[in-house]
Amino acid sequence: MSSLASPPLQPSVADPARCLRRLADLLPASRVLSGPAQLAAYESDGLTAFRTAPLAVVVPETQAEVIALVRLCHEEGLPFVARGSGTSLSGGSTPVAGGLVITLNRLNRILRVDPAQRLAVVEPGVINTAVTVAAAPHGLHYAPDPSSQSICTIGGNVAFNSGGAHCLKYGMTSNHVLGIKAVLATGEVVEFGSASREQLGPDWCGLFSGNEGLFGIALEITVQLLPRAEVFHTVLAGYRTLEQAGDAVSAIIASGLLPGAIEIMDALALEAASAAVHAEYPPGCEAVLIVELEGPREVVAAQRPQLDALIAASAPVEARPARDAAERAAIWKGRKSAFSAVGRLSPDFIVQDGVVPRRRLGEALRRIAEMSRAAGIRCANVFHAGDGNLHPLILYNGAEPGALDRAEVLAGKILKMCVEMGGSITGEHGVGLEKRDYLASMFNADELDCLQRIRAAFDPLGIANPGKMFPDGTAPALAQHGLHPLEKAGLISRE
Amino acid sequence: MNALLSPTTLAELADAVRSAPRILAVGARTKPRLSAVASDVTLVSTLGLSGITEYQPDEYTFTALAGTPLREIAATLAARGQYLPFDPLLLAAGATLGGTLGAGLSGSGRFRFGGQRDFILGVRFVDGTGRLLRLGGKVVKNAAGFDLPKFFVGSLGRFGVFGELTFKVFPRPASTLTLRLPVADAPAATALLNTAAGARWEIDALDLLPAADTVVVRLAGPESALPILAAEILTRFPGEILSASAADALWSDLRELRWTHADGPLLKLALTPAQLPALVARVRALSGRIHVTAGGNAALVSLPAPAASLGLPALTLRGPGPLWLEAPAPPAIHAAVKTALDPHNRFPALSA
Repeated sequence: MSSLASPPLQPSVADPARCLRRLADLLPASRVLSGPAQLAAYESDGLTAFRTAPLAVVVPETQAEVIALVRLCHEEGLPFVARGSGTSLSGGSTPVAGGLVITLNRLNRILRVDPAQRLAVVEPGVINTAVTVAAAPHGLHYAPDPSSQSICTIGGNVAFNSGGAHCLKYGMTSNHVLGIKAVLATGEVVEFGSASREQLGPDWCGLFSGNEGLFGIALEITVQLLPRAEVFHTVLAGYRTLEQAGDAVSAIIASGLLPGAIEIMDALALEAASAAVHAEYPPGCEAVLIVELEGPREVVAAQRPQLDALIAASAPVEARPARDAAERAAIWKGRKSAFSAVGRLSPDFIVQDGVVPRRRLGEALRRIAEMSRAAGIRCANVFHAGDGNLHPLILYNGAEPGALDRAEVLAGKILKMCVEMGGSITGEHGVGLEKRDYLASMFNADELDCLQRIRAAFDPLGIANPGKMFPDGTAPALAQHGLHPLEKAGLISRE
Repeated sequence: MNALLSPTTLAELADAVRSAPRILAVGARTKPRLSAVASDVTLVSTLGLSGITEYQPDEYTFTALAGTPLREIAATLAARGQYLPFDPLLLAAGATLGGTLGAGLSGSGRFRFGGQRDFILGVRFVDGTGRLLRLGGKVVKNAAGFDLPKFFVGSLGRFGVFGELTFKVFPRPASTLTLRLPVADAPAATALLNTAAGARWEIDALDLLPAADTVVVRLAGPESALPILAAEILTRFPGEILSASAADALWSDLRELRWTHADGPLLKLALTPAQLPALVARVRALSGRIHVTAGGNAALVSLPAPAASLGLPALTLRGPGPLWLEAPAPPAIHAAVKTALDPHNRFPALSA
């Protein structure tokens, strides 16, 4: 049996002219985009430093059309990339040169909301917050909340197992996915999981979540909904040093409280956020901590004095509990806008999302500061302190020769530091195009081979989003165009 | 009789897998039907691979060898005020961490924060070619590589042999309070389960007891808050608050499966609350007993004798009868992933 060898990655053998003819047979001309001007908008995603021109972009409107398109790709050996709103920060939806981009924005139906059993069945193009909007009349919500949630799609969230600010308590996207109907890269249509919160046999939904588009395309996703917390207690505390903020986090964790979110922003991120959304932070602070308790009012009432005492004991410059929903919203607005706000400080930046063990957060931040000083590159930090998920923003000016290269060298050093500390190269953005060269720093040759074999089981031809997660020698062209257009418009933000 | 190997190191575990053409890992065999395989299969015991290898209370994580007894882990966590929120079964019976992952068994407490799939972070395992591999990670948040650790939940050891596992844990709630709420029939139970699950009370466990005439609700949190929540629940649904000792006995009996028939088949099912009334009726017709948990999303069924059908797919954990009842035909991708992880079919098929 030759199956011990790693699967070869087939170079594309597709005949472009024939593929375009067949696409024209499948879809009306208005939904097959192939002119340079039409393609330009799809050449890049949230990882704006890279861009590639695809052969064509197609706009299916039904699950049957998506299945037919994937089967065409399989028959023709045509690489394809599924795309939702294009907010991937790891370049997950960057096109493959000469391949097809299958946009899923028109598969945006919420097929079912079942308030009694607390679940929703949605198509992949449904926007993340639309699920919560549909669930809200029943007192329910969809927990995963990436910062781009007002624009990113559930299909993309599933493909990249997106996170957000509430992962320590509630987990990532995959923890909320109960069922997936998908068309695999072979054209096989499968149904994983069910409407039950329990499963029999291996967790196929768990394996599919976070596949980074390498297995196929989700057509229908069943997600669990949770009762919306009755009350919140959100505190913003400013500290003279990052270390003090980190010590406060340690004290909260050691206390036995389980906050829904624990976030920290450093001085540079604070400067950006106050400029962008006029958020006012305590003056003279090097760091701001945001902690949020949530639950039934009696539970929060009992835990609130405990949290307030812990924060008071951590010697903040100032601690501000949100007095009402508007103040809570303002705190979160400042936090969630921090990344795009950094765009005001620098024409370009790279966002990383490495993870370190929480107890080593202080050490990690010190080393990042040292490395960025040594490189002469500014670096802002916003991070999920509760789960050790860093988000260094490495600022550079793409117009300056070699600046991106230098920024990428620093980014690489930070990723390697995360692995050395026993963490991960990615907490929630996925490996994608951006970090594919670093996967081998986490896994040895046998482990990479195992991952490749799983991939080949789903996609023997290597046509589903090739060039992502695994190094394959292809590199899309670099582009310098700063903020994503949606970020400039203030519609999305990075996290 | 199956041959039995007993490795004591991870390297020996990999050697053991390579040493025979047909292999299946076993732990304490508290779910013996899962390892009742053809006699030519060599069993590899993980009981010699025992112990917590890393525990960081301030990280909410621990790593332990696959054969570590759950009760040892629970005791170590409890000493630091933490626990396994998926609330594993058969602690007193000696169930191991690896066997629990392979069987995909979570207990009543999984209602609040989720089951094993929501707490598994990383796995070191031996694949069908005898390679010792590590996938996933040791931190609570990680999105690098395909999520094989999750896939292994409920995989019955048919895709790899677990050597060492990393899980997330949580701080143990300060106190608990248990309520018994009688229900007239199964449809009334479904209605109560759905209402309670969607309410503001943030319930910790929500089960239907084996006689199928009582819903039990466990609250967990600050001591001052729980009586107020309990009083509100009792105004909606008549019932009573159990004494601490009665509650402990009730949850312990459920956890150790003391309510089951001694000899007949014990089966696990995944269901939705809407499917509950039909399942309860079917189990009663077979003179069986049923413990419904996770707010009506999972059930254990104990029958006096094997049955052909429960109306839903079911997995036999112990006792006589086929391993699976009414398992749907697997799609082609199942065989492809099996071949990817076990190209020589060293491990039994999922169906056997």
